[in-house]
Amino acid sequence: MKKIIAAAVVAAASFGLVTAASAGTLDNVKAKGQVVCGANPGTAGFGVPDQKGNWTGLDVDYCRAIAAAIFNDPTKVKFVPLSSKDRFTALASGEVDVLIRNSTWTMSRETTLGVIWAGINFYDGQGFMVNKKLNVKSAKELAGATICVQQGTTTELNLADFFRSNKLEYKVVTLGTSEEALKAFDTGRCDAYTTDRSGLAADRLSMSKPDDNVILPEIISKEPLGPLVRQGDDQWLNLVKWVHFALLTAEEDGITSKNVDEKVKSDDPELKRVLGTEGKFGESLGLSNAWVVQIVKGVGNYEEIFERNVGPNTPIQLARASNALWSKGGLQYAPPIR
Amino acid sequence: MSVVNGGRPSEAKVVFYNDPRIRSLFFQLVLLALIVALFWFAYDNTVANLKKRNIAQGFGFWNVEAGFDISQTLISYSAASSYGRAFWVGLLNTLLVSGVSIVLATILGVLIGILRLSKNWLIANLATVYVEIFRNVPLLLILYFWYRGVLGLLPEPRNSIIFPGHILLNTRGLLTPRPVLGDDFIYPFIAFVVLVLGSIGLAWWAGRVQERTGIRPKTGWLSFGLIVIVPSLIFIVMGAPLSFDIPVQGRFNASGGMSLAPEFVSMVIGLTTYTAAFIAENVRAGILAVSKGQTEASQSLGLSHAQTIRLVIMPQALRVIVPLLNSEYLSLTKNSSLGVSIGYPDLVSVFTGTVLNQTGQAVEMVSVTMLVYLTLSLLTSAFMNWFNRRVALVER
Repeated sequence: MKKIIAAAVVAAASFGLVTAASAGTLDNVKAKGQVVCGANPGTAGFGVPDQKGNWTGLDVDYCRAIAAAIFNDPTKVKFVPLSSKDRFTALASGEVDVLIRNSTWTMSRETTLGVIWAGINFYDGQGFMVNKKLNVKSAKELAGATICVQQGTTTELNLADFFRSNKLEYKVVTLGTSEEALKAFDTGRCDAYTTDRSGLAADRLSMSKPDDNVILPEIISKEPLGPLVRQGDDQWLNLVKWVHFALLTAEEDGITSKNVDEKVKSDDPELKRVLGTEGKFGESLGLSNAWVVQIVKGVGNYEEIFERNVGPNTPIQLARASNALWSKGGLQYAPPIR
Repeated sequence: MSVVNGGRPSEAKVVFYNDPRIRSLFFQLVLLALIVALFWFAYDNTVANLKKRNIAQGFGFWNVEAGFDISQTLISYSAASSYGRAFWVGLLNTLLVSGVSIVLATILGVLIGILRLSKNWLIANLATVYVEIFRNVPLLLILYFWYRGVLGLLPEPRNSIIFPGHILLNTRGLLTPRPVLGDDFIYPFIAFVVLVLGSIGLAWWAGRVQERTGIRPKTGWLSFGLIVIVPSLIFIVMGAPLSFDIPVQGRFNASGGMSLAPEFVSMVIGLTTYTAAFIAENVRAGILAVSKGQTEASQSLGLSHAQTIRLVIMPQALRVIVPLLNSEYLSLTKNSSLGVSIGYPDLVSVFTGTVLNQTGQAVEMVSVTMLVYLTLSLLTSAFMNWFNRRVALVER
């Protein structure tokens, strides 16, 4: 139903001769006084509201970082919970300003949906989770298994590809949301559950008996996850993109939420550029020159966000691995702010 | 002043723009043109704006490889099939679950509707409780109840409940042996079909004899013998060309045999129990609409209780029931679109769900799906109207 409404909104939006898209998204956001983010309502560590309605997660903090950059206030955000299948329609129809909802960057999505990725905030890959009782050690042993999957994801396609290329039989049960798919796996409808490995780690914790389940070693796909915006508004695209790069640069330069006030006083030319005491980098994005200071004070740098939400000291216990900085053997790399 | 006999103006003298027929035709045409223009504007504007936003459009995706699997397929389908094929798979699944549920809901609904009018206090009130519960709980909750609450409690595959005849029941559904037909199976089958037709002819002949003489020849046993015994003999003579593929317990689940998925069963039970509550009320309304004098009159004519219901009450009740049934059938078909919430791959799940998301073409998907439901509803209505005309009392 939600999708039909969203589609109607797309149709309605396409209907109007003069649309909101012609005004810049940044101006709209400033006028509204808040950033509206499409968020995942059910993946611990990435996006999930608690009982009081406080959202937490890596993707959620990215949204707050954008708000901090614009308003110097990370709370000026509104989260719109979206299911996998509704998310792109919601972005394209203008219901949200930016979609940060562990969405995989693929060619077909960027060429046919009218959306564009601003970067990769989490390098991920698809995996499988099974019950320990089955004594399965590898995904290649899953011949004949029934597998639960969430609808409207790249996961559905990778699953079919994996079993096709390994010439294995399997049965699929496709459910509307990740909660429903996980529930079906939890009640024994399926032998295995598949999604991105970060999602598996989070979903395992929300099962009735997390320790009865293991995540298999195979990674069957590339899942570059990141924030995305509508096409045709380069100013807004640049803003979201450079907020991501600012978070990485802050980590690289050792700027944290604790020491940012001292770093501002530094004479180091790199720090002066990044923190806005020299140059007009913030203004060129339509922001204040202290934008990085605002971001880091609001949510911390990339490392702080990672450790707080999904790192080894959280229940999800993910290692940095591919998400370490390039200088530490990972893939996270920001172009220079200069 | 061309007043001809009786004050009627002669038609020849009226100017054409004052002719009411031409006027009304003109305004109808103007309205039609405006509506067409509005639709054209909407279409053209949507296309132009989608294009401006770099969103793909058109039906070029129809023959593109789908790349995903579907759990229940009535026609052959694999990840290598096209999106168009996936559409048909989803549509057939919708038709299957709706068709089966409509039949079962009608049977259950008629039964409960009649029971609610029973003179037995307990039976009547149990039927009332049923109606009030199922009519007042949202269908989605009923589906969750059957899927997670009831079928979810079945044992896991390695502890299946085993029924005699190699039938297994577990969380993956009901697995039964699958009949494998031999090449020679066609002969007893042809014999069976021919003899069933023959028996129908026999019954028709018996009816004619009864009309003429008042005595109906006894054909029951003869028909039974023709339909059951003759094909059985042929079957045995041909060397019993039928075997069974028995489900065998594998590492994860039994393989082989036939299986009935819990998603399908939950959908059928959920739609049936929900819609039956409404149908029961329609049936009750229909029966109550027939005045008591009809029953008394038929009894005074000497008709039995069963004959009274069949020949007097039901024909009159049906003209109330059938139009109401039509709406229940339409609702049921549309309600089957809730399938995605419990993993049943109906049209909305497969096409407006997965295909929409993989292609991103919301406008096309939603329009096609709306068109399909509209067509299904119109076809159902057409059939029910035809049926209604058949059962309606002929008023003289």
